Amino acid sequence: MKAENNLKDGDIAEAVTVEDLHKSFGDIEVLKGVSLKARQGEVIAIIGGSGSGKSTLLRCINMLEWPTRGRISVHGEEIAMKSDGHGGLMPSNRKQIQRIRTRLAMVFQSFNLWQHMTLMQNVIEVPVHVLGRKRDEAIAEAETLLRRVGLYEKRDAYPAFLSGGQQQRAAIARALAIQPEAMLFDEPTSALDPELVGEVLTVIRDLAEEGRTMLLVTHEMGFAREVASEIVFLHDGRVEEQGAPETVFDNPESERLRKFISSVQ
Amino acid sequence: MNRQDSPDDIADIETPPPLPRLSALMRPHRIAIMAVALALVVLMAVKMRWDWLPEYAGMLLAGFWITAVLLVASTVLGFLLAVPLGLVQVTGPRILSWPARIFCTVIRGTPLLLQLWLLYFGLGSLFPGIPEIRQSFLWPYLREAWPYGLLALTLSYAGYEGEVMRGAFAGVPNGELEAARAYGMSRWKVLTRIWLPRAIHRALPTLAGETVVQLKSTPLVATITVIDLYAVVGDIRQSTYLTYEPLLFLAFLYLCLTGILVTIFRHYENKIPTRGM
Repeated sequence: MKAENNLKDGDIAEAVTVEDLHKSFGDIEVLKGVSLKARQGEVIAIIGGSGSGKSTLLRCINMLEWPTRGRISVHGEEIAMKSDGHGGLMPSNRKQIQRIRTRLAMVFQSFNLWQHMTLMQNVIEVPVHVLGRKRDEAIAEAETLLRRVGLYEKRDAYPAFLSGGQQQRAAIARALAIQPEAMLFDEPTSALDPELVGEVLTVIRDLAEEGRTMLLVTHEMGFAREVASEIVFLHDGRVEEQGAPETVFDNPESERLRKFISSVQ
Repeated sequence: MNRQDSPDDIADIETPPPLPRLSALMRPHRIAIMAVALALVVLMAVKMRWDWLPEYAGMLLAGFWITAVLLVASTVLGFLLAVPLGLVQVTGPRILSWPARIFCTVIRGTPLLLQLWLLYFGLGSLFPGIPEIRQSFLWPYLREAWPYGLLALTLSYAGYEGEVMRGAFAGVPNGELEAARAYGMSRWKVLTRIWLPRAIHRALPTLAGETVVQLKSTPLVATITVIDLYAVVGDIRQSTYLTYEPLLFLAFLYLCLTGILVTIFRHYENKIPTRGM
């Protein structure tokens, strides 16, 4: 494995660190010891076949799934975990989890916008009701964000009346509204009709270019190659190969990665 | 970046379609039906006796008031009970979910009239034998009939709506709750900001219908000596020897109340437009 060699102690602060992460669902071990480091401003694209554990890895980082073993740190702060009594781990400090989650913005495959709120209400919900910001300031900021993703005119519409691409762009605006230290994208274009993928990728590309820290689970290989500073190839719950996009895509070392790349192209 | 979002504008409908225009009502068959209805009303006004109305207006108003208060109080209190009843059945530990399930099943599985009589004649005859209760500040109320009526109606509404809320809570897409957690909301915030409003919104059409049914359950309290609208009309019939006029007027008043209820619920339903939810 190349993983360890790449974990240099740089002077750039680490936004997200994952060490030796294991996760089992019942008897099935989905993650078998994954380590990962995302420094500030890095875009890490996590690729791999279905069932390779890439979504589970992402969901463990903000504790939507509780790992069975391993350590997770966000911006140098390790998430406190204790034994759950069944051979796994559970968070030992709920307040810490909630605080850390407000620094990691997640964008879901199926958008998960709150359907009883307008786009504007979706975007200001967390700033106002979780982070305690002033409502009028949150609205002003949300207007900027919605304008940025091209949905300012739709700010008073409800999500059910929008296309998938529009909903996902709104979800990205919701993510940006918490001024996250890192963004987690869980297959953000997989639920979209092909003609709507482009508009969402444009927004994500834009964010990558302004130097945001991102962990991106994706099936869009061309896009991963274009925006990622590092590619992580997961196979069967392990990091099979890892490195700069050119290296990984043009000179894959492992046979499995070679097969994977040829199968998706 | 300020792109146009025209290519994927699949829907611009942000408000429900408007009510039918007046011109749509002016079709031959509709005109005929309206003419018959109008003729009936005129006939009733002219051919039947309504001279008793002014004399009993005060009693009717008092009865109307009792019915309205019973309805509003029992639905509000019942709903406050229904929310935890539904919630614990979806997410609660067994020690809470089982009693909730049993409560809803028993309430929904037995006649309201029976529950009302068990409370009034059962509890109502037990209480006077307990000195602590006779001496408590509650006794002046417990001697009356209406608290038992209100209690029975409240429990009934809670039982039915507990079941409705269970379904509504369970039906909120998990992804939306997960998004709420992923953005750092506490359990309480997830419940009050996302889960409950979303569940109520889903349940509103059902709740509207159930509340109308609840209105028409209120006359049962007349059987335990509460003088509601129905009881007043019964009194009027006995003292005027009129058979139909008071009953028709009673029907008219319940229709008015139903209309008010439906309008209120419709208002809240339309606040958030739905589409394939």
